[in-house]
Amino acid sequence: MGSTNSTLLKIPNVEVLMQETGFSPAHIIRLHDRFKALDKEGRGHLCPHDFGAIKELAMNPIGDRIIGAFFSPGKETVDFHTFVKILAHFRPVDKDRPKEPNSPEPINSRSNKLKFAFQLYDQDKDGKISRDELLQVLRAMLGMQVTDEQLESIADRTIQEADLDRDDAISFEEFRKSLEKINIDHKMSIRFLR
Amino acid sequence: MEGAWEIAFVFFQVWLSIVVGLIMLPAMFGVSLGFTDIYIKVFLLLCLVSFQILYVLSGIIEKDDGSMQEEIGELRRSHPKNLAGGDFTLCDAFYFCKKGIENIVEDQVTQRFTSEELASWNLLTRTNNNFCYISLRLTIIWGLGVFIRYCILLPLRITLAVIGLSWLVIGTILVGLLPSSNVKNWLSDLVHITCYRICARGLSATIRYHNKENRPKKGGICVANHTSPIDIVILANDGCYAMVGQVHGGLMGVLQRSIVRSCPHVWFERSEMKDRHAVAKRLKDHIADKTKLPILIFPEGTCINNTSVMMFKKGSFEIGGTIYPVAIKYDPQFGDAFWNSAKYNMVSYLLRMMTSWAIVCNVWYLPPMTRQDGEDAVQFANRVKSAIAHQGGLVDLSWDGGLKREKVKESLKEEQQKMYSSMIIDTSDSSLS
Repeated sequence: MGSTNSTLLKIPNVEVLMQETGFSPAHIIRLHDRFKALDKEGRGHLCPHDFGAIKELAMNPIGDRIIGAFFSPGKETVDFHTFVKILAHFRPVDKDRPKEPNSPEPINSRSNKLKFAFQLYDQDKDGKISRDELLQVLRAMLGMQVTDEQLESIADRTIQEADLDRDDAISFEEFRKSLEKINIDHKMSIRFLR
Repeated sequence: MEGAWEIAFVFFQVWLSIVVGLIMLPAMFGVSLGFTDIYIKVFLLLCLVSFQILYVLSGIIEKDDGSMQEEIGELRRSHPKNLAGGDFTLCDAFYFCKKGIENIVEDQVTQRFTSEELASWNLLTRTNNNFCYISLRLTIIWGLGVFIRYCILLPLRITLAVIGLSWLVIGTILVGLLPSSNVKNWLSDLVHITCYRICARGLSATIRYHNKENRPKKGGICVANHTSPIDIVILANDGCYAMVGQVHGGLMGVLQRSIVRSCPHVWFERSEMKDRHAVAKRLKDHIADKTKLPILIFPEGTCINNTSVMMFKKGSFEIGGTIYPVAIKYDPQFGDAFWNSAKYNMVSYLLRMMTSWAIVCNVWYLPPMTRQDGEDAVQFANRVKSAIAHQGGLVDLSWDGGLKREKVKESLKEEQQKMYSSMIIDTSDSSLS
């Protein structure tokens, strides 16, 4: 069409971003508008407080963990690039992408989506979901609605089912195996309307 | 030098007589010369010529409409069934995770407080966030549009608004001098309606009223969804209402003090607003007197962007009396009527309104409702809200409009936890025992 978009030009390294994440220019602009809307003070980066201002996220039982996924350990701000890269996990899987042997796995591959979900459970990032970590997630999702005993029995049962090497923790491979029949693309993808 | 002044004076006279003769007088008598209709048709033709078809976006991302039960149920269906019971599965977290990410990209509440987006452009820069150079033809048309809006329409509209408001102040003070009588009430209604009609012309407003047989009657309470301060002009064009509100200073204060001379309105001091019983009592007294005009109240408490109706505050529904619900829906093609008070103050908002193409809206009068036995104020409020949302084609939300400024209550998170736990506990109970 020959027309340049002034918004796209304002974002640094936008070409690299589009290539890494696979978002189209229109999507990048939308996400940029959203980023600016969340960044109420116009600082150019977001902090956990800005995410907390989203009402529906505040009432999500694991809202804090989802917010935490955006911030690398030790960092307290997230810039636009990181924001888009994290959201790229939820792009629908590209079905007709050619399999190049040397190219890195796309951010929105089935495996990476699973890894994202895994990290919601595995907060200390040691590669395993320990019994304690599972209990913490269960407590977050159920709040005061269940007793400690019920929680423990649920946790025990879950580990029993999924833990194949009997080390009382769920590794990523065990996690993946346990969920191999789930349609990850549908359940962990967000489709843009335009 | 004198010649120039004479010419300017003649020009001014001609201008004034056009305004008075062709716009103000017909407006006062409720007669339409059809100019606005022609204007709107020309505008639509212009847009068609530039091949810009106008329709409204409904959202950015596809959202699954399923409830928590349905979504998690679907997730679990593909999971091998565990006969030992215990209905928690690792994939349950996917539901919350996806919902959370969806809300980060787009959430139901924040988008109600920003203006509705148009999928195509109606030649107002303000509605095109990604304004960029598209074509020479379009830019020329846009430039012409700017000239027409700012140099022709704006002065005309400001003149009308000034005339209208001055007429209101002077007229109501004059009427206020008369002793109480039927004549006084009739004159007061006349002054009010003619002023609001002039103001409506000043916004190039085309209003279609539906179901006029349900128009609010004296001693009742008229309840409507709120999009902007202009709502008052829209409604008062077709009936006389008693306004309710806080006492203001400045120009608003002058208006308030003068109109209350000719007929009773309910103005509260800031301190009185905090005492809910005092407020309720004054309103009750007003509607008990059947000679007084129906009260006009906007129960959302704040301006919403006209795509949805938010929670109605129960105060107006506790007073008793008959509620006359009214639905107002603006057509976004011609100009965005929503007042984003965080972004624009009153003056810049009015300026935006007066440089829009036009204001086109539909008003539906709904049949009167009263509180039924066994229904409390909140349920009644929700019933009225649903009726208004349904009629106006707006989304019925239970979110509090006050969320614009406040934090979410903990109880909402608890509700989510309760819903989820009911999917887990029911089945594990049987195996725990």
